[in-house]
Amino acid sequence: MYSRNFGYTKDHEWVAVAGEIATIGITDFAQKQLGDVVYVELPAVGTALAVHQTIGTIESVKAVSEVFSPVSGEVVETNGELADAPEIVNQDPQGRGWILKLKPANKADLDALMGASEYERYLEGLEH
Amino acid sequence: MNREPLIFEISDAGKRAFGFPALDVPEAKDLLDGLAVREDIPGFPQVAEVEVVRHFTRLSQQNYCVDIGFYPLGSCTMKYNPKVNEKIAGMAGFANAHPFAPADTVQGCLEVIHRVEKALCEIAGMDAFTLQPSAGAQGELVGMMLIHACLEARGNPRKIVLIPDSAHGTNPSSAHVCGYKVREIKSNESGRVDLADLAKAMTEDVAALMVTNPNTLGVFESDICDVAGIVHAKGGLLYMDGANMNALTGIVRPGDMGVDVLHINLHKTFSTPHGGGGPGSGPVGIVRELEPFLPVPLIVRRGEGFGLEYGRPRSIGRVRSFYGNFLVAVKALAYIQALGPEGVREIAEISVLNANYIRKSLEGIYHLKYDAPSMHECVFSDKIQKDAHGVSNLDIAKRLIDYGVHPPTMSFPLIVHGALMIEPTETESKRDLDIFIEAMKAIAREAAENPAVLKSAPHHSVVRRLDETAAARNPVVKWEKPSAR
Amino acid sequence: MSYISLSDNDKKEMLARCGVASVDGLFGCIPDGVRLGRELDLPAAMTEPELVRHFESVAARSTYGRYLSFLGGGVYHHVIPAIVEALSSRGEFLTPYTPYQPEVSQGTLQVIFEYQTLICQLTGMDISNASLYDGASAAAEAVLMAQRLNNRPRVLVARSLHPQYRETIDTYVRNLGLAVDEVGFGDRGGLRSAELAAKLGPDVCGVIVQSPNFFGVVEEVEKIAALALGHKALTIVAVAEGLSLGILQAPGKLGADIVCGEGQSFGLAPAFGGPYLGFMGCGKDYLRQLPGRIAGLTKDVDGKRGFVLTLSTREQHIRREKATSNICTNQAWCALRATIFLETLGQKGLREMALQNMHKTRYARERLTRIPGVKARFSGPVFNEFVIDVPGDAAAVADGLKAKGILGGLALGAFDPEWKNGLLVCVTEVQTRDTIDRLAGALEEVLR
Repeated sequence: MYSRNFGYTKDHEWVAVAGEIATIGITDFAQKQLGDVVYVELPAVGTALAVHQTIGTIESVKAVSEVFSPVSGEVVETNGELADAPEIVNQDPQGRGWILKLKPANKADLDALMGASEYERYLEGLEH
Repeated sequence: MNREPLIFEISDAGKRAFGFPALDVPEAKDLLDGLAVREDIPGFPQVAEVEVVRHFTRLSQQNYCVDIGFYPLGSCTMKYNPKVNEKIAGMAGFANAHPFAPADTVQGCLEVIHRVEKALCEIAGMDAFTLQPSAGAQGELVGMMLIHACLEARGNPRKIVLIPDSAHGTNPSSAHVCGYKVREIKSNESGRVDLADLAKAMTEDVAALMVTNPNTLGVFESDICDVAGIVHAKGGLLYMDGANMNALTGIVRPGDMGVDVLHINLHKTFSTPHGGGGPGSGPVGIVRELEPFLPVPLIVRRGEGFGLEYGRPRSIGRVRSFYGNFLVAVKALAYIQALGPEGVREIAEISVLNANYIRKSLEGIYHLKYDAPSMHECVFSDKIQKDAHGVSNLDIAKRLIDYGVHPPTMSFPLIVHGALMIEPTETESKRDLDIFIEAMKAIAREAAENPAVLKSAPHHSVVRRLDETAAARNPVVKWEKPSAR
Repeated sequence: MSYISLSDNDKKEMLARCGVASVDGLFGCIPDGVRLGRELDLPAAMTEPELVRHFESVAARSTYGRYLSFLGGGVYHHVIPAIVEALSSRGEFLTPYTPYQPEVSQGTLQVIFEYQTLICQLTGMDISNASLYDGASAAAEAVLMAQRLNNRPRVLVARSLHPQYRETIDTYVRNLGLAVDEVGFGDRGGLRSAELAAKLGPDVCGVIVQSPNFFGVVEEVEKIAALALGHKALTIVAVAEGLSLGILQAPGKLGADIVCGEGQSFGLAPAFGGPYLGFMGCGKDYLRQLPGRIAGLTKDVDGKRGFVLTLSTREQHIRREKATSNICTNQAWCALRATIFLETLGQKGLREMALQNMHKTRYARERLTRIPGVKARFSGPVFNEFVIDVPGDAAAVADGLKAKGILGGLALGAFDPEWKNGLLVCVTEVQTRDTIDRLAGALEEVLR
């Protein structure tokens, strides 16, 4: 059920690369854990991120979760729809619920990510 | 029941509720010259006295409270609030005393503060107390600041505070406000602080360990002396969150366990009313080494009476105005005085009895993650009901409301998923405990036979489940005058 | 006295269910080495009649009530309508828990919502929280909030701020690396705007000024806010005498970004220092950085209107070490009293009360400054307190008045030796022409 083209992290972020741009979001597992998303805190365009640096936070009614950057790079766009409709993250976390796009600084970061089957195995191993 | 309108919705020009005598000094014509003066506030209430009385009386009827029934809220210690304490706090010599009054005109007030400090020293086994912190969280902050000051005086304030993963959220938050970094210590399989994990984490960069004892699982940290030893051996200090003092009074004292700093919640163990969310009071107790750093002023003996001492060059300063929530301290003193030493010991004895009675009655019906003996509270979880019927602790809690009981604590400890933390204080009757037990048993049956009724609970309250998501997504936090059409 | 509700039979049955012979059996997990092993050394228990008699005698050892008092300085003697006491003492308001389960707490939550609305109306701000501990800690929280909002390392504090508010700010910021710089006051009694302009810079997160200030003088908030805005610094206005908002312009309308203050004047007794009521409000853009609890409006599953605590993710119990503040409790019962008070006085009553304070203060100031040797120290307009300079030490003058049964004011030398000629005199609506004349007469005698 997880897209074969994406890379995944242990903190439940996904990365999709198209040409020079990497799009980042949180996985379906993560949005289920959080519950109804009420607010997404986004970084400014132009911010330089390192691997595992905090991008921002996602808030639900009862919880806050930090989002970590799976790859290093410079933020080129953030998802403007999330300000008025944070629920998109719940409805379509791996499509319209994307969080930001960046220009990856280091191709090797992408190699360190898990593939879809590896991520699915990882989820099975987690205690709920 | 119809929803009670907001006062602004029944407000209208021409209604008045309170009048003043005519002005008996000459009116100054230029009184407001040179001042930015306000216009009328659109929508500020104009109502009659009868309307105010009915409004608040009807609102009060929408509240559950200790005077109505049991609160099984773990770590909150919702015990009975004696009415005589309200009467005493209302005495003019206490209620009308101005905090800047000359010391010789407020000896009764200073005496109360002094006696509360002294009683708490005896009950907690500490060398001194300050009553300045307004609540438990502020007490923790003061405690952290005292630790920082003490270690700085020793040569190195250090950078890290260790906190168990079972701790209440104010603990790491308070450490952070004091400039410390927080590191988590794991609990072992019996829910207690893992000594090996602690020994590894305890370095000379660690200022303190914050513990709660009994911990938030209601389990006594029986290795507490070893814990203190590990911390002290590396020059750190042991902080205790005294939220669970109700299990210890008269039986064991934090000071005798190696605790260096602790805070106590007067609105928990010492019966002062919660008031719907404050005022509380969070006195902080210390060992002698920390005394120079206490917040100013100190209440000291002066001759036959008492005075205020401000000349404390090493004090951490103050965290609020004046001396703390004084009237809350009055109520606590009246409570301690009424109980006497046997009564104070009885708090721990009966609260532990009540908690174990509940535990024994619900064991097997609800899942108990940790097997260790419970003190004044026990922590069940929704595991049995969740695995078999998809029903969560939230559903169980909301259904309890239909049975006339307030839900237990659910949102922590974080180490128990789906927690149901139950603390019956020593003032609960067996009848009320049995009503609760029977309700929990009925709900467990309903979880199997009719889970939908739990998921849509509560059914009989003045409002049913509220949309907290909408409230957070589109916050509306005040009334606004509807715009004219 | 005992509040235990178990009968002998109850105890027997419960012990049996627990499988122990006595309660001692339930404390086996406590190592012998730490047990107290003796009775606590506390005074013997008392029954209710003894308790009341005992505390009556303790309360009587406070003789304050026998004096005619003109003490102010952040805590004020005001009328409290009888219904404030009657309604707030109901068990349904005094004994509930924090409203985390909204279905059974709609009374408390609606009161908080009304309170938040009233504070917004009075301060001219978009958002208010559900209250903080007191004015001093509210001021400290406001400073920390300003620092979080624009991440600059310096804050400017008016020297005319209540000394205890200043001390509290100093304590809170000490371990967080925020530098505090002072801006002095002039002959008018208010903040020196030239000095402010000189001290503002790109490293200043905000300026905090109190109005009316510690000396009772109303500050030029609009001017101060304009200066701060020019450097993108935030303006925090602290209001220690909440009643002043009944007549003075709302700080929000004068350019304040954050308003904080003390609501003790709204129906809370002086209570020898507490419990009091800190309030705080801000513009809607800053909502997520506002500390403290907040109640919000919503609907239930049947579409009925209801109230809940909301935006809890700012708070300690969720965000833990990343919270906006470590605050947990608010002062809900104090906010309740303030809400009843404000709704009882209403628009007209609050304004009338504020004006009476000002008229009586003006009368007192004129009478006292006519006494030979007595001068008004500051020229700026005041609300309900003012500083007079007396010959010599004001503390000695205060003692002289005390010997005549009058607490004439606060001798300011206790706060700063430079101010030792100053006496801060507070005149509220509880004073009459007669009591003010009595003060004037006594002062004249003391100075002769």
